[in-house]
Amino acid sequence: MAIRRGRGVAAINYPTGMNLGGDPTQALVHSTPTGNFMVTLSSVDLGQGMKQIMAQICAETIGVPTDCVVVDTADTDTGPHCMGTFASRGTHRAGNAVIQAAKEARQVMLEVAAEELEVNASDLETDGQGNILVKGAPQKSISIFDVALSAHFKRGRSISGRGMFLIPRSYPEKETGAMKPSTCYAHACTVAEVEVDDETGEVTVLTVKNVFEIGRALNPKMVEQQLVGGSWMGISHALYETTEPYYPNRDHGGTDFNQYLMPGPGDLAETEIIVLERPSADGPYGAKGPGEMCANPQIPAVANAVFDAVGVRVDTLPITPERILRALKAQAN
Amino acid sequence: MAKVPVQFTLNGSEKAEFIDSGTTLLHALRDKIGDTSPKGGCHQGTCGACSVIVDGELRLSCLTLAETCNGATITTTSGLAEGGVLHPLQRAFLDTFATQCGFCTPGMIMAAKVLLDHTPNPSREDVVEALSGNICRCTGYEPIIQAVLTAARGNSQNAA
Ligand code: FES
Ligand code: FES
Repeated sequence: MAIRRGRGVAAINYPTGMNLGGDPTQALVHSTPTGNFMVTLSSVDLGQGMKQIMAQICAETIGVPTDCVVVDTADTDTGPHCMGTFASRGTHRAGNAVIQAAKEARQVMLEVAAEELEVNASDLETDGQGNILVKGAPQKSISIFDVALSAHFKRGRSISGRGMFLIPRSYPEKETGAMKPSTCYAHACTVAEVEVDDETGEVTVLTVKNVFEIGRALNPKMVEQQLVGGSWMGISHALYETTEPYYPNRDHGGTDFNQYLMPGPGDLAETEIIVLERPSADGPYGAKGPGEMCANPQIPAVANAVFDAVGVRVDTLPITPERILRALKAQAN
Repeated sequence: MAKVPVQFTLNGSEKAEFIDSGTTLLHALRDKIGDTSPKGGCHQGTCGACSVIVDGELRLSCLTLAETCNGATITTTSGLAEGGVLHPLQRAFLDTFATQCGFCTPGMIMAAKVLLDHTPNPSREDVVEALSGNICRCTGYEPIIQAVLTAARGNSQNAA
């Protein structure tokens, strides 16, 4: 009986969004009378940072500071249509819709500015600080604040735009089954090191090293935050968490935090995160969906590390001490 | 059921309410007084989201009867900022990106505050121990541990 060490590796290829019956998300953008911009969405921010990212995307597209953009995700009954925040699709789908809406709003904004400055709209550019300048003659300029006032009170124009991003449904070819379930894939690779006590079946994850390829990191700190949390969650899924321990039998399913195991701050593995940015062709400013996939590769990596340590394949999650001991016993017989 | 009076100091101001006997402090704070910073995660003492400070001690408000807090001094996360300036722990949680959905955050901050009140220069083990009754779905804990250590470093700089 001994503590045995093992190391496991796993790599994943993760689609951004799902091949639903067509996968649409819609966004609306409009300016307030004082030149702030409002993005209306039905995509929900549940802590992953949707609002921040959509504000950045809108600001970048219109050419204003991010803090001039307010994102309203209030109500799926009244907001523009979104399939939902799941399958890591939020940034990709909603971001593209916001870009389209913001471009249309920007065009109206430049047209109003052009009338005020008596120039051609195509000769104008934004400085990202809240001003619109004549290209090559920046002394001739107008603030977006004044443009919005003019649009609202003088010219009767709505500085607004509509955006719709749709990934059409992909049907498999009858002959080959070939299809295109997604247009954009993120990737990850994890190496996990574990110790397995072959007497008690207990697994301790010592280190977990992750590389994530996520397209462009639109907000690097928030990407890191999500990857760190996700890496931990992957280990938690590998070793502890389940609602149905005897699936498909519902018996003994955890009903509260006394029975549903969630690791606490004392159960952390040494974690390393490396981000590779390879901008995606169809993502908003090159982004992909890092959301769900950040909690995936740790699971097979831990399973492989357990195999490396004690020579048994546990193919049911979570990899509990009981399952390891049963597998060791079966192997011995 | 007869109502019972309860009176305590919440974040520096006097509060008095008539409540049903048996009302938890969590319910009294959130639904009677309107301080929604303590969160109800499990209502059975296993998640820490409802943590508040009663007379300097960390308490799970879901397991505390409001009527036992008569005359007490209660602090919640909503009372930490002073004059629009965030408490060093709140600042550190922001700076280290220790919040995602934020549901665990007020409880984490309460637990950390009690730790730092008693142990201004805690070790990492002290921080882990202090937070061990609080669970978080989102962050993987490391950023939270770093937030508390960051706030503690601020403490030691102020003292120096
Ligand atoms: S709500 Fe009090 S510990 Fe969970
Ligand atoms: S930040 Fe979501 S539970 Fe901790």
